[in-house]
Amino acid sequence: MSTATPPVSETDVLPRSRAEFLQRFTQGDFGSLRVLITLAVIWLIFALANDRFLSAINLTNLALQIAGIGLISVGVVLILLLGEIDLSVGIVSGLCAAIMAVLNVKHGWAPVPALAAAIVAGLAIGTFHGFIHTRFGVPSFVVTLAGLLGWQGVLLWVLGDTGTINLNAPLIVDLAGTFFADAIGWIIAVVLIAVYAAVTFSGRMGRVRAGLDAPPVGALVVRVVAVAVPVLLTVWIVNQDRGLPLALVILVGFVILFDYVTQRTTFGRHIYAVGGNEEAARRAGIDVRRVRTVVFALGSMMAACGGIMLASRLLAVNQSSGGSDLLLLAIAGPVIAGTSLFGGRGRVWSALLGALVIGSISNGMDLLAYSSDTKFMVTGAVLLGAVVVDAATSKRRSRAGRV
Amino acid sequence: MTETTSVLALRGISKGFGAVQALAGVDFEVRPGEVVALVGDNGAGKSTLVKVMSGIYAPDEGEYHFAGRPVKVNGPQDAADLGVATVYQDLALADNLDVVANLFLGHELTNVGPQLDETRMEQRAHELLGTLSTTIPSVRTVVASLSGGQRQQVAIARSLLGEPKVVLLDEPTAALGVPQTRQVLDLVRRLRERGLGVVVITHNLADVFEVADRIFVLYLGRPGGDFAASDVTPEDVVAAITGVHNGNGNAKEATA
Ligand SMILES: Nc1ncnc2c1ncn2[C@@H]1O[C@H](COP(=O)(O)OP(=O)(O)O)[C@@H](O)[C@H]1O
Ligand SMILES: [Mg+2]
Repeated sequence: MSTATPPVSETDVLPRSRAEFLQRFTQGDFGSLRVLITLAVIWLIFALANDRFLSAINLTNLALQIAGIGLISVGVVLILLLGEIDLSVGIVSGLCAAIMAVLNVKHGWAPVPALAAAIVAGLAIGTFHGFIHTRFGVPSFVVTLAGLLGWQGVLLWVLGDTGTINLNAPLIVDLAGTFFADAIGWIIAVVLIAVYAAVTFSGRMGRVRAGLDAPPVGALVVRVVAVAVPVLLTVWIVNQDRGLPLALVILVGFVILFDYVTQRTTFGRHIYAVGGNEEAARRAGIDVRRVRTVVFALGSMMAACGGIMLASRLLAVNQSSGGSDLLLLAIAGPVIAGTSLFGGRGRVWSALLGALVIGSISNGMDLLAYSSDTKFMVTGAVLLGAVVVDAATSKRRSRAGRV
Repeated sequence: MTETTSVLALRGISKGFGAVQALAGVDFEVRPGEVVALVGDNGAGKSTLVKVMSGIYAPDEGEYHFAGRPVKVNGPQDAADLGVATVYQDLALADNLDVVANLFLGHELTNVGPQLDETRMEQRAHELLGTLSTTIPSVRTVVASLSGGQRQQVAIARSLLGEPKVVLLDEPTAALGVPQTRQVLDLVRRLRERGLGVVVITHNLADVFEVADRIFVLYLGRPGGDFAASDVTPEDVVAAITGVHNGNGNAKEATA
């Protein structure tokens, strides 16, 4: 019955009243707003507890700390969108970094081919997981659990007796060690904002020309400003320290790339369809196995990228690379930032926002000299809070008949 | 009633599953601009007959004619290529995507390389849903927030994007309330106005008499009657469905 339908939930339509805003907020329509509030609260607490938290040097460090895990989380988001999980991303990041290190240091490969080999290894591992998962119908949970164990063995084998390999090849250590001059930082920021504004407004023009209803110009201005302010603020802050880190540019670049792929391409559309209703996707003629396999390949590729970034920052690869809490935090991040564990819902941006939340907790706790026991407990509580809120809002949402 | 006028015709179709003879010697046809209701008791073979038409089952015996010519249909793709679209009972829509995305799923329009052309898809969605006078509030609504009737309309509209000549609907009004059923039946009428051949499986005789031009009864896998809807009463149809009265023979002669 059309009359009984709740108000139209156009993806980008802004709420008309405060009541509607509150209603949609509690239904989780503004998932990213919720995580921004979480982030603001965390920052406020740490800023009050220690005035060094918001210093340029500390925030620059924070950017460097989240680059590696954020890159891994980008791949995790893609896999979560399918409603699957990849438990091997941590160890695969370590293994691929080890492959790069061994080829570069022990076998004398130049940095570029060594980096390429690590990324190709990631793609191959993910393709293998996807193949086993789709051809034999093995749940991704089990395939990647086997991967978690198996690739750990391969990592130890690749490293051999050395244990630790120190990195000093220029290009490799530059990934985490490069800071742009102030002017370049500003140029990057302005170009980014200009491109975003151009895409936003040309999209509106296209709709107007096609005779479709378009969002009001004011709403788009608000949206561009909402992007411009944090971008400019970031550059302003990091320029007071060492400058814009290349690592942050790489992370944001991958987030933008995969946000484009998921939101604006047929392949991305098919990922959401498979995650939302696999049977519908299959009947629509989508090659579900191919979509799944490619997503697992991309997931492991991003794990490789994250592993390389972590190694570059550590200036070494060792037997514990990719281990410890890396996997758990890489999955927790996007979930904290609103990506559903059940597939079909979430944005690539949640990788960046989630990494920021987790990174901020860890960084702030370090500043306050808490030990890792407290850190784990707080991070766990934040994750628990996020999934409880997610479950509650999606229940409220389904009662109101929205996804 | 000749093959020159029917768009899709089956001749002498038989299909068995092991010991079960699901269909035996069934002749069936649908003409352009005609709504045929396919009725019968549970297990009468309705779904099997539709699956033969949509290419999912290959019949053991019998011929498939399309637009007056015998054709070979090996699989759903062949039927779709001929212009036979099927809307299944479990609609198979992706709840997390909006109406436009569901309409074009698997056949997205693109501009540069694999980049989605949302503007053109939305335009075509407006056109299509507009000509069908559907009751969908906005093409950017997420499908999960639609009512059952609206979802059915999306599923039917989706089947029309391939410009089919015949649309097969398996129980399109099952589980719908009265107003929603009305919306779907209105849509079925508009398919007829577009000159499509429509085959509707349904259990609901009220629906049958509301939209069907012709009523085809299956009884235990055999033809149990083929009536012009205007010539019969619901009681006649019930008799044919349940096989009481000497239903079969008489019914056939009534329309022959
Ligand atoms: N895939 C199958 N395997 C075995 N038997 C089947 C299969 N499909 C249908 N049948 C049998 O064929 C008969 C007709 O089924 P069906 O076409 O589904 O009937 P209806 O749709 O009219 O209820 C039933 O006896 C059913 O059990
Ligand atoms: Mg049936």
